[in-house]
Amino acid sequence: MHLLEAKNVHGGYGGMNILNGVDLAINADEIGVIVGPNGAGKSTLLKAIFGLLRVTEGSIELRGEPITNADPGELVLKKMAFVPQEKNIFPSLTVQENLEMGAYSRRDNYQHILEQVYHFFPPLADKRAQPAGELSGGQRQMVAMGRALMIEPSLILLDEPTAGLSPLYMADIFERIVTINAAGVGVLMVEQHAKQALKIAHKGFVLVAGQNRFTDTGMNLINNPEVAKAFLGG
Amino acid sequence: MNELVFFINNVLISGAVIGSIYALGAVGITLIFSILRFAHFAHADLMTLGAFFAFFLTALFPAIGPALGLPTAFVMLPLAMGLTALTAVYLDKAFYKPLRAQGVKPIVLVMASLGVTLMLQGLIRMFMGTSSRSLYIDDRKGIHRIDVPFELANRPIVITDPQILLILFLVVAVIALHLFLTRSKLGKAMRAMSDNPDLARVSGINTQKVVTVTWIIAGSLAAAAGTLLSLDVSLKPDLSFMLLLPIFAAAIVGGVGHPYGALAGGFVIGFAETLSVFNWAVLLRPFRDQLWFELPANLAFVPTEYKITVPFFILLAILVWRPTGLFKGKVL
Repeated sequence: MHLLEAKNVHGGYGGMNILNGVDLAINADEIGVIVGPNGAGKSTLLKAIFGLLRVTEGSIELRGEPITNADPGELVLKKMAFVPQEKNIFPSLTVQENLEMGAYSRRDNYQHILEQVYHFFPPLADKRAQPAGELSGGQRQMVAMGRALMIEPSLILLDEPTAGLSPLYMADIFERIVTINAAGVGVLMVEQHAKQALKIAHKGFVLVAGQNRFTDTGMNLINNPEVAKAFLGG
Repeated sequence: MNELVFFINNVLISGAVIGSIYALGAVGITLIFSILRFAHFAHADLMTLGAFFAFFLTALFPAIGPALGLPTAFVMLPLAMGLTALTAVYLDKAFYKPLRAQGVKPIVLVMASLGVTLMLQGLIRMFMGTSSRSLYIDDRKGIHRIDVPFELANRPIVITDPQILLILFLVVAVIALHLFLTRSKLGKAMRAMSDNPDLARVSGINTQKVVTVTWIIAGSLAAAAGTLLSLDVSLKPDLSFMLLLPIFAAAIVGGVGHPYGALAGGFVIGFAETLSVFNWAVLLRPFRDQLWFELPANLAFVPTEYKITVPFFILLAILVWRPTGLFKGKVL
């Protein structure tokens, strides 16, 4: 059974459809990467999966359980986390409070997870009492991912985690995503830096105009001349 | 010295009292704005409504206060606050929530709150008439005259029971609100939702609960302000009319969405009012022989009857020179 499976998903904003029948599936230990040109519906697909956008046709399942148009709060309880591309921190809250908000749905003691997150993102440990809005772009991204990790997700959705970051930070973030995945967390992410992202992807999905154009392993997509020419800049 | 006592009574004490009232109202407006993103025009009416709840409760149990040595209406305040909070929550359910569910623009909610204002004012007048009433029914207002230990002073500093209670209440309320917002899970969630409502939702924060708590806090603070003001002066159905502009000015001066700013804004407006209607001739009178001009009998910046223009001008000045308010809140 797949960890996440989307079948023939249609949806969009208002009356306009952006997704025109997307299929996607990843397994529990996999990294899935969605790439494609601007306006292909990549971010829209993540939002639709996380219940932030109405799916008008098709279905989405988490471990075989239907979650189409589920409330985000409900999905958090099902151990699914989402890191938006922009505005993904609470700027006036401290780093620690940001992480605590990630654990809002938890009723148990999550102190050890907090320490794990600090251990995983050492720069945050020194800044735990500082407002998150004062941090650098790369550190903000760590806060955003740390917040999502607080529920110990089994699936994490990342919308362009490296957007606006310097190449150095970009490599760092990709490395951390691989580490998170190695700990048994399924990852589905949208990336502009398609080539680098596909290198760490078990599965890659090339989206064009709200439909699947290519679906294969990350490496096969990189080596596919047609994909490379049209979507990876040669 | 009598002149100084006059200044203390008319500027410092009056300013602190009216400033506290404005602060309590403005904090509610700012909280509602930061969570629900609209200017709640019916807020001053929640203040009036709270005072009327306190009046009813006082009329029902007039003997409780004297037994405890406190004004009855003050003893009834927690109940009045609870009733007002409940009303606020249900007003939201009935009028604002359906609009939010439709995803309307904030201005539609503002208009709806204007409608709620008119409705509440109508209801209050329908049940209570238009006359002014005293919140003291079986008891009497305690007035403290503190003699000043100086030879030349024969006038006392005057402060009333409700004024003392008001300032004590404000101190306790501010400390409680601060601890709530910085220590409790729900308080932090409130700040998170104010910062970034979409991310709050994505994080699994129960946003409906946060909205309810916001109305409870804003409603109870409004009830307390209305009751304590009416205790000190009198309860009139048009109370809200006199309060609406100053509390909005206070919230904006402080920087909208900034609770501590609203608190400061309340005092800025309060003291600005008392300073501008104060008759400065009184303070200058002892030096009249040294002055190069004839001292007029009345030397106030603004005649008392135009006091309401003061917050209006401060509001304009702030919007022109510092539109985000003193504490850099969110822009409206």
